[in-house]
Amino acid sequence: MDAESIAILTKGLTMAIGGLGPAIGIGLIGFKAMEAIGRNPEAAGKLFVPMLLGMAFAEAVAIYSLVVSFTL
Amino acid sequence: MMIPPAAAEPIFHIGTFPITNAMVNGWIAVAFFVVAAAIVSKRKALVPKGIQNIAEALVEFMLSEIRKVTGDEKRARLFFPIVATIFLFVLFSNWIGLLPGTGSIGVWELIEGERELVPLLRPAASDLNLTLGIALFAVLSSHVFGIRALGLTNHVSKFVNIRGIFRSFSKGPMAVIVAVIEFGVGLLEIISEVAKVLSLSLRLFGNIFAGEVLLTVMLGIFAYFLPLPFMFLELLVGAIQATVFSMLTLAYLTVATEAHGEEHEAEHQAEPAH
Repeated sequence: MDAESIAILTKGLTMAIGGLGPAIGIGLIGFKAMEAIGRNPEAAGKLFVPMLLGMAFAEAVAIYSLVVSFTL
Repeated sequence: MMIPPAAAEPIFHIGTFPITNAMVNGWIAVAFFVVAAAIVSKRKALVPKGIQNIAEALVEFMLSEIRKVTGDEKRARLFFPIVATIFLFVLFSNWIGLLPGTGSIGVWELIEGERELVPLLRPAASDLNLTLGIALFAVLSSHVFGIRALGLTNHVSKFVNIRGIFRSFSKGPMAVIVAVIEFGVGLLEIISEVAKVLSLSLRLFGNIFAGEVLLTVMLGIFAYFLPLPFMFLELLVGAIQATVFSMLTLAYLTVATEAHGEEHEAEHQAEPAH
């Protein structure tokens, strides 16, 4: 295993492992939002923007690992 | 098939200063807003019509959203120019990066021995320099507004809380321990400020650059109909990232101008509800 193939392997692993947590986090946010909307359909408009904000923060962590895999 | 490089490519040089393709896009956005502002500000009808109507509706909408986060009118008007400018600039430059020709029309150049296409236009936020610049400006302006609103000692003691240690001496040993812990927390806040800059810039850069790479790959696989859902995704991502960037800037500005102790309450209000 020379340096270059380890670098390629690391790129893939970084993105794979780094995307796992954020994906679960975004799914949980969406899950709770769906639950809240199901309970109270009129609140859908009020919930939309905070949900998007929360998802953007969770996604940002995945973007960090994407940038790391780009720079390797 | 070539994916665009992470660093924006220089197209020409003014003296020794390189002008990159993302910079050109940024200037196009600036020119658009300068011209739009000049045109709109000439109309002063009391009952707005046309362009003036659109501009006034936009301003009122954004001001009311900002007011929901800051709570009071004075700070809403104070922060409005910065937050609204960041939002409109990032939104516009993200969206014009989707126009056909951006990223595809270019010149073939010899870079490091390989013949590569250097596009003449590239989304402005796909250059880390631009996003880092806006992020630094946002965080620095939060500190400037904090110092102006609270005074230098109050602002600095949020981070280096020696004053809290001295004040706690008269309140007993438990208070002293708590004050020492709060001193440590204040030092961590300094690191958190650096993390704010990094996260703001990398979030916007990562989203827009990854969108650019995604569209290039999709267009490379099959150029008809396949990129359509991804272009729609990029429209959405552009709007969402502009919203997130400006809302975060607003949250930082609001927290920086709150007196110590109220800041925890302000962070709960930072998520706006319609």
